[in-house]
Amino acid sequence: MLPFLFRRILIALPTIVLISIFVFALQKLLPGDPLLVLAGEERDPETLALLREKYRFNDPIWMQYFAWVGNALQGDLGVSLRTNQPVTELMGQKLPVTIQLAVMSMIFALVIGIPAGILSAVKKGTATDYIANLVALSGLSIPNFWLGIMLILLVSVKWQLLPASGYVPLSEDIWQSVRTMLMPSFVLGTALAATLMRHTRSSMLSVMNADYVRTARAKGLAERVVILKHALRNALTPIVTLTALLFGELVAGAVLTEQIFTIPGFGKLIVDAVFNRDYAVVQGVVLVTAAGFIVMNLFADMMYFVLNPRLREQ
Amino acid sequence: MLNLKTAVITALLGATALTASPAFAKDLRIALQSDADVLDPDQSRTFVGRIVYASLCDKLVDITPDLEIIPQLATSWVTSDDGTSVTMQLREGVLFHDGTAFNAEAVAANIERSQTMDESRRKSELKSITSTEVTGEYEIKLNLAGPDATLLAQLADRAGMMVSPTAANAAGVDFGLNPVCSGAFSFTERVAQDKIVLTKFADYWNADEIHFDSVTFLPIPDTTVRLANLQSGDIDMLERLAATDLTQANGDDSIVVESAVSLGYQGITFNINNGEKGDNPWGNDKRLRQALSYAIDREALNQVVFEGAFAPGNQSFPSSSPWYNASLPLEGADVAKAKALLTEAGFADGIDLEVQVPNSTEPLAVMQVVQAMAAQAGINIQLTSKEFATLLADQSAGDFTASQIGWSGRVDPDGNNHSFMVEGGGLNDAKYSNPKMDELMNAARVAPTTAERKAFYDEAMVIMLDDLPRLFLYHVNWIWAYSDNMKGFTAYPDGMIRLEGVTWTE
Amino acid sequence: MTNTALASEPVLTAKTENRVWKKFRSHKSAMVGGVLVAFFILIAIAAPILPIPDPAATDWGAVRKAPSLAHWMGTDEIGRDVLSRMIWGAQASLLAGVVSVSIAIAIGVPLGLIAGFFGGWSDAVISRCTEALLAAPFLILAIALAAFLGPSLTNAMIAIGISATPIFIRLTRGEVINVKSEDYVDSARAIGLPTPRILSRYILPNVLPPILVQATLTIATAIIAEAALSFLGLGQQPPDPSWGSMLNTAKNFLNQAPWMALWPGISIFLVVLGFNLLGDGLRDALDPREH
Repeated sequence: MLPFLFRRILIALPTIVLISIFVFALQKLLPGDPLLVLAGEERDPETLALLREKYRFNDPIWMQYFAWVGNALQGDLGVSLRTNQPVTELMGQKLPVTIQLAVMSMIFALVIGIPAGILSAVKKGTATDYIANLVALSGLSIPNFWLGIMLILLVSVKWQLLPASGYVPLSEDIWQSVRTMLMPSFVLGTALAATLMRHTRSSMLSVMNADYVRTARAKGLAERVVILKHALRNALTPIVTLTALLFGELVAGAVLTEQIFTIPGFGKLIVDAVFNRDYAVVQGVVLVTAAGFIVMNLFADMMYFVLNPRLREQ
Repeated sequence: MLNLKTAVITALLGATALTASPAFAKDLRIALQSDADVLDPDQSRTFVGRIVYASLCDKLVDITPDLEIIPQLATSWVTSDDGTSVTMQLREGVLFHDGTAFNAEAVAANIERSQTMDESRRKSELKSITSTEVTGEYEIKLNLAGPDATLLAQLADRAGMMVSPTAANAAGVDFGLNPVCSGAFSFTERVAQDKIVLTKFADYWNADEIHFDSVTFLPIPDTTVRLANLQSGDIDMLERLAATDLTQANGDDSIVVESAVSLGYQGITFNINNGEKGDNPWGNDKRLRQALSYAIDREALNQVVFEGAFAPGNQSFPSSSPWYNASLPLEGADVAKAKALLTEAGFADGIDLEVQVPNSTEPLAVMQVVQAMAAQAGINIQLTSKEFATLLADQSAGDFTASQIGWSGRVDPDGNNHSFMVEGGGLNDAKYSNPKMDELMNAARVAPTTAERKAFYDEAMVIMLDDLPRLFLYHVNWIWAYSDNMKGFTAYPDGMIRLEGVTWTE
Repeated sequence: MTNTALASEPVLTAKTENRVWKKFRSHKSAMVGGVLVAFFILIAIAAPILPIPDPAATDWGAVRKAPSLAHWMGTDEIGRDVLSRMIWGAQASLLAGVVSVSIAIAIGVPLGLIAGFFGGWSDAVISRCTEALLAAPFLILAIALAAFLGPSLTNAMIAIGISATPIFIRLTRGEVINVKSEDYVDSARAIGLPTPRILSRYILPNVLPPILVQATLTIATAIIAEAALSFLGLGQQPPDPSWGSMLNTAKNFLNQAPWMALWPGISIFLVVLGFNLLGDGLRDALDPREH
């Protein structure tokens, strides 16, 4: 296992370099001039020229790239052109928020999605199966913004049960922090639960007719044991793949939900940075999320080995 | 014994104070439509940033809701007869949040910073000031290159905001991370896209008028969600309620709604002569632009998209403005006239027009209504929605035929016109050029009296509406909604939230 | 291992095709799904000949009016008939859903097969590229493509397809890694079957179920993503309707005009339901183990 890990981390390095080049090339790929956005409504030509010089936008792109890499290696990702805050500080503020939101959403998704998928596979063709599918697919089709706004109107405005929006750090007040995150993670979680449920169901159906499950049944093992121990274990491959991918998506892609519940996470940070052409922030965030994806995929690959003993023998 | 007596009296006084003005710790929570940019008055550029400054940084002068210039840190001022200098008397006993004293030296340092810092966005606003002279501890003389009627209005905004010279020198370009001004509240904390927290400044010169212990600004971009937060009590006030949410907000007894016509406008800018794309029928023939203008029923547009809550408009000022040219009133649509003009221009069978639109709900709705109106006159509009940075870059580079864009507005009429209309103006993306227009715009800048300036703008407006490089559609209404516990709020046309005299009673 | 053992394992042959179709037809929920999808395709095609108002025609006397006899599904924010826009919007939305998912499958599945089956360098290269693609936010990809390709529905479908590809690569790869250690694959190798044959006969059928499930789910995501793109200047431009952009606009009127969100929401749900039921039917019919 260890050499495998080591090799994977070594291979990941060129990926990071590749991504950093790609991310830097964005400056040229994306339309729109960052300074036009930055110079303010007046767009005074003189100020524009000065700023262009100041932020070294006149330098050739490769020179800018190497300067950036040099700083990045020393842990300096530059400052936000919009707020002058250091990018590392911005990310430091937002990473805990995003991870908390992603973990809580994933818990919702897994706790709802996997049992529902198993149940619906075991009871295939019954009313339970149909209802579980309908609920899951509505969870997928209901737009996050709709569910989010409806929850705010109902839970916060009408019943006054939970705060409508905002964020309280875990370190400040655990209970309040979980309370503010409850609705947004539920909204995100239900959408993902649908995907997980459908995959668990399909995967379980494939596995339940496989020889080893039939053998287990023939041995007279209790149905519960057969399903949970033999079938589920083998059905988990696509679920593991998806969980890793969806977790990554949660980190960078929860924009709309973050916006509705006013949660200062990564998604909102990157969208605003892209729209404002705040490239230092875009570059920093993309680099960090890329590293996150690599770690998650590595984790998924390791899980394949854990779940499938035969892979380990090879 | 005596000590005890004083203690009792103080306690009693304290108690009465409690009932008279609410002295309990009240944090006022205000929801903004977006997050502010850097909190340095010299570097910042966003509208919401200015809302934060209204509580954080005092200016040399302020405005009344009727746009009169009134004292703030400067108590009085005199312009020399030839208009080439302004001498200001400054308020005594004012402190910056870091304890630095406010005086004429501080003003001089501030003006120098605005004019010379590389990152300053205020340079063009203070261009007319050639030098400053400290003529007394609390007296400063601003020497001007020539008469400048717009200067005081500039000093009523970011260019006139005073930051602590001590802090500014120490922090340099990073001043915005921890801004130090002399306003009613001092900076406490900022989490990007989450909140900006300000705390009451105990030594504020006008502290008696401030009745909140702290203010928290929260960016909440979604309008429906902003209103829901107000209704749930999570916030106390919000800015820019959507016009279409008015009915709902008015129906809630615990919510007060206040509004003011903004200083800016929304309209369509045509490419007259900006690059190759300027050479098209729409850029070359003003009759086509006039035809489009006649085809649009601005009042109906306002009714359909904004439930009549905004102000339909045909000039760069709203009709409520003292600068509005009343001899060119807003008229309804005249489709026959529009068709006649098209025929005259040689497009009797209709003509296409591509318009770029910012990709948000309101501009898209506006332009789809305009599209439908134009179609009745035989003008076939194609819309291309773009995110704002792309739209701006394309407009500036001349890669457009027509562009739906607005302007947030300035106190002085010059700000709504000059750099859009004169040849080589920084905002003249149409590359419109008319010597007569340049002459009028420059004359209005230096004319000594309001009446004389108005005459120049009136004349310019006639040409503007005939040439139509910018076609005006409507003026936004700033709409605030707040809890009925809040009393004493005044709506200003600049869209700011001034907390002097505002109180809170549970 | 002998050939008899192979025969009982998942194999797709011409002979089985007939059986698959039979099984599919007898699958009740699949037929329901088929009818649903067919219905929406039909109205999308028939939009020009149906007796409905012009989807761009505005009526300023009827802005955001609730469903009535004159407007069965109500009117939108500038007084257009929602029913008509729903029917015309079906075209753009169905296309966005189906075409972009097809693009993602066409690229993703072969790459996933290669990466999973051969491992080593091909896996390393494909997996690293996938990660790089995953790390590039959809939004950035979309804005860049909008600038290069220009606004059109086709380009929007390409953008959505590309961004949905990584998930298909990863799913296929994971399943292949899992399956290739099965005994029947080993024995197929042992008797010297050529690789393409092993891939298409023994590996692919096992990989299909999760791909089918994912494809039917991604259709929903793609329909909604089209709206985001049309706002960025890629995809359907106003006033042409699509369900996604109708939903997007409806967001601002959830209180005043809930029907604006209701109809596109329900339609997306029904289409996704239809495709998922179809997918289930296909899955069951193709599952060689099920009898």
